[in-house]
Amino acid sequence: MLRKFKAHVYVTLRPSVLDPAGTAVQSGLQHMGYEVEQVRIGKYIELILTAGNENTAREQLERMCDQMLANTVVENYRFDLVEVAIEMGGAR
Amino acid sequence: MKFGVVVFPGSNCDRDVAYVTRDLLYQSTRMVWHEETDISDLDVVVIPGGFSYGDYLRCGAIARFSPVMQQVLEHAREGKFVLGICNGFQVLTEAGLLPGVLMRNRDLHFICDRVPIKVESTNLPWTQAYSPEQIITLPIAHGEGQFYCDQQTLSQLETNGQVLFRYESENPNGSINNIAGICNRQGNVLGMMPHPERASDARLGSTDGLKLFQGLLKRVEALAQL
Repeated sequence: MLRKFKAHVYVTLRPSVLDPAGTAVQSGLQHMGYEVEQVRIGKYIELILTAGNENTAREQLERMCDQMLANTVVENYRFDLVEVAIEMGGAR
Repeated sequence: MKFGVVVFPGSNCDRDVAYVTRDLLYQSTRMVWHEETDISDLDVVVIPGGFSYGDYLRCGAIARFSPVMQQVLEHAREGKFVLGICNGFQVLTEAGLLPGVLMRNRDLHFICDRVPIKVESTNLPWTQAYSPEQIITLPIAHGEGQFYCDQQTLSQLETNGQVLFRYESENPNGSINNIAGICNRQGNVLGMMPHPERASDARLGSTDGLKLFQGLLKRVEALAQL
């Protein structure tokens, strides 16, 4: 039986890659008086998928990240995965 | 010689390219919708500039999975020509036909300008109509044109003479080694951020870009005579 999982995917720039947008935000925060040492901007993606079990879901997510969600030339990714209940009786 | 110009949802330089190949160079040209699965009639595939799929996620990231891109990969594998301009260059790097990635411009703004470009190597069809080290002026119009790759890839690109175009005098977007355009190892796939198709009609002020297309024609004519 298929189970439903919710994933939170975080895509971040590799540490070796400059992040001019992050630097601009950092300077803005500093102008506001905050002592901010570093800002790195990434992406946060939420998705819901169905899979036979958690391992299959993880494998699928890895592939999604490698193929599309992240560009591994300059980005790293990580994700959390939680199982969510399948609602019975159709969509509300 | 038959040209095909790929049209994704959001492409906006497709007709400019077709104007050059069809109306200025009198070559058979057809538009290729991104859902097409047979492009075997084409000699040259051009992936034009624009904002394919709204540049969502990353520029070119979604376009790369369009049905037509499988065919473009095959076309390139057969040694036939593929040209990616601007967003097309981004699509080609995402698709893995060219190394590296195009990142947000160093100064974070969209740049729309005409810039001096040095033609680096002239022993490929793309650049054979130029003279070596010639400085030309081409329009650029991009927000994500900063070419980046790791050091090892960079030294391979340089050693193999795969850097065909370089920004001259001033680097507008922070590209590593001032790179404006690169080809693959075999030389049949070219990606470039500047727009040669926008500098091809004398009535619009410049023909510096036309030679790129003319060089390609010369090559194909030479092949036909073999």
